[in-house]
Amino acid sequence: MSLSRRKTTLGFAAGAATLAIALAGCGSSSEPESSDSAAAGGSMDEPVTLTLATFNQFGYSADSEGGADYAYDLIAEYQELHPNVTIVYNVADTSNTARENFFTKLGPGGLADVEAIEVDWLPEAMQYSDLLADLTNPELDGNWLQWKVDAATDADGRLIGYGTDIGPESICYNVDAIEAAGMDASRDAMSAAIDGDWDNFFDLAKQYSDATGKGFYEENAAVLQAMIGQLEAPYEDPATDEIIALDNPEVKDIYDTLTAASDAGLSAGLQQWGDDWAAGMANGDFAAMPCPSWMLGVIEGNAPDGNWDIANAFPNGGGNWGGSYLTVPAGGENVEAAAELAAWLTAPEQQAKAFENVGAFPSSEEAAASDAVTSYTRAFFNDAPAGEIYSERAAAVTVAPYKGPHYFEVNDAMVNALRRVDEGTMSAEESWKQFESDVNAIG
Amino acid sequence: MTTTQPQTEAPTPPGAPRGRAPLTWRQRLGRWDVKLSPYLYISPFWIVFALVGLFPIVYTAVISFQDWDLVRNTGTFTGFDNFAFVLQDREFWLSLRNTFSIFVLSSLPQIIVATFIAAMLDKNIRAKTFWRMGVLLPYVVAPVAVALIFSNMFGDKYGLINSLLNDLGLDSIRWHVDVIPSHFAIATMVNFRWTGYNALILLAAMQAIPRDLYEAAAIDGAGTMRRFFSVTLPQIRPTMIFVIITSTIGGLQIFDEPRMYDTNGRGGSNHQWETITLYLYNMGWGEFNFGRAAAVAWILFLIIVAFGLLNFAVTRRFIASDTAAKPKKPKKVTK
Repeated sequence: MSLSRRKTTLGFAAGAATLAIALAGCGSSSEPESSDSAAAGGSMDEPVTLTLATFNQFGYSADSEGGADYAYDLIAEYQELHPNVTIVYNVADTSNTARENFFTKLGPGGLADVEAIEVDWLPEAMQYSDLLADLTNPELDGNWLQWKVDAATDADGRLIGYGTDIGPESICYNVDAIEAAGMDASRDAMSAAIDGDWDNFFDLAKQYSDATGKGFYEENAAVLQAMIGQLEAPYEDPATDEIIALDNPEVKDIYDTLTAASDAGLSAGLQQWGDDWAAGMANGDFAAMPCPSWMLGVIEGNAPDGNWDIANAFPNGGGNWGGSYLTVPAGGENVEAAAELAAWLTAPEQQAKAFENVGAFPSSEEAAASDAVTSYTRAFFNDAPAGEIYSERAAAVTVAPYKGPHYFEVNDAMVNALRRVDEGTMSAEESWKQFESDVNAIG
Repeated sequence: MTTTQPQTEAPTPPGAPRGRAPLTWRQRLGRWDVKLSPYLYISPFWIVFALVGLFPIVYTAVISFQDWDLVRNTGTFTGFDNFAFVLQDREFWLSLRNTFSIFVLSSLPQIIVATFIAAMLDKNIRAKTFWRMGVLLPYVVAPVAVALIFSNMFGDKYGLINSLLNDLGLDSIRWHVDVIPSHFAIATMVNFRWTGYNALILLAAMQAIPRDLYEAAAIDGAGTMRRFFSVTLPQIRPTMIFVIITSTIGGLQIFDEPRMYDTNGRGGSNHQWETITLYLYNMGWGEFNFGRAAAVAWILFLIIVAFGLLNFAVTRRFIASDTAAKPKKPKKVTK
């Protein structure tokens, strides 16, 4: 959880209009008919009230999400298309609130018809996939990136959630800091310099640190997130859920690489989301950071006078950090109608609209390729073509690491292990030993 | 009430046994009224307490003996496994250490300072109400807001305090790395919030002390300090015990402040400031292990009960030893 976006709060959401597209042939035009053929759920005649629960800002309706003006109101739009449907939309203030509510009510009942969940607690929800409706629908194939779908598909092949947004990662960098190190800080040059494997990234970091005496990136835990995210099964055996973190040579490699980087001073050692981290961002304490699409707003908020840019590259290909799903609890009264609503909200067309509303990066390739997304630029980042960059970054993601029931506990222990080394409270070996005993205590 | 019974107003059935005439309906009602009403009037509290206090405590005990699945609401009985695990967990003992350390760093200075402030407010000062309300102000601020303000002060790199220290040519204190500084910072937040509250309670007790006691003491030649220690402290003893017990219970349950101390809310990379309640929370909501979390809750409950009793005994003995000790002395002499 440490790296979770508890603080970030950007919700990424998105809707997707595939239903409409699949059924009606072309999105918005012919609504009424679509519902019958689709999920056969809330047919036109019977009035039905659906409850929808999300958190932060999914970009569905400014009224409920308390956002500024949204370009679209997806909730109102759906009700217009389906006059028999009334949607009651509740928004929790944080993902954590939503998480506690979700798991408290998942068994006994009382959840909304459509419940949003965040990838941070998806592994826990997957433990109870039988309590969530199977949303598999061949007609919707291709609505989402494959890895997004895979992560929400359980061992029995049941799909428990429709993808809303994702957090494809690039590297954001502080132009002034890079230039101060005598390096070429143009977007093309930095993209080319970062493009490569992790060794290449750390070489670049070393070059910067040697020149300036400062850390290149914020902290090891941030880079860990990216590196672990590129492994198929970092901490647990997908077949048995047995914890393999201690025996997995890849994990130890990452640990050794990062602690060595720490010793070399490549990490600024500023814990993510902390006050020092925010201040360090503004003060140029570090030059670059793994930067999912939703991080742009965070950087802009923390370093309003900064001169930042986005490299269209990420070490070792692609990475994803964050994102959400819409699920339908199986115990609800209107499962079919709810599935239809979830499908509509996550269809490419709606995902694109949610992106326009709040910048939730779509998990649909089609939506990512839409004009609304590709034409999107970000003035603060020297007018970087953010939409285009992140579409490419999303396409570069190939792996969704397996996250079993203990993923976040192990990851927390790993983050703590790295931080102990960053802080200097323990040596790398001592800290690894502590990590071993922490992991052995899990279960 | 028995005296009224012989004079029965209502007609007695003929042939009813003498001596104890059967009571009429009204009489019975009247009797019940006297006997039972007090219980009826206090019952709302006990019913509510049974529902939201007793039941959860018992239910937690049931859960603590099981490998509990919160979502499915089922569990398998595991005996004392959860307790055994918790008691063998390094994290538990670290959090126990942290809890007591933060408790001592907060409660002790807090009560001393609160007593001092109360004594000052008890003097004849101008604009009394203003000063009295003033000390309560921090209490009104939400703990989360307090944590936000203080995290600004206790930042490792850009915090206010470290900036000041650096300006004075001193080294920065690593508030979020080293154990004692982190405890100190958290205790400061707790003290900020609770000192004024306790001061007001103690002030109320001080105001209730008859003024002639002070006058008599003054005539006997007692100075300010002497009057404080020999009159004020003994007189506020019950309130002092109350304040100490409540701040003990509160101190052992410190949660908001350490959780808000950094953005992860897990108590530090090496559990530097993880308290028991935080450990409990992480166990439950972090690791989804509610059986163990319930075991932690029970252990914490027992610790608090034990510590509360200990505290009670100690405070009774030490505070106001004047009044407590004097009656004993003559007894010993007579022996």
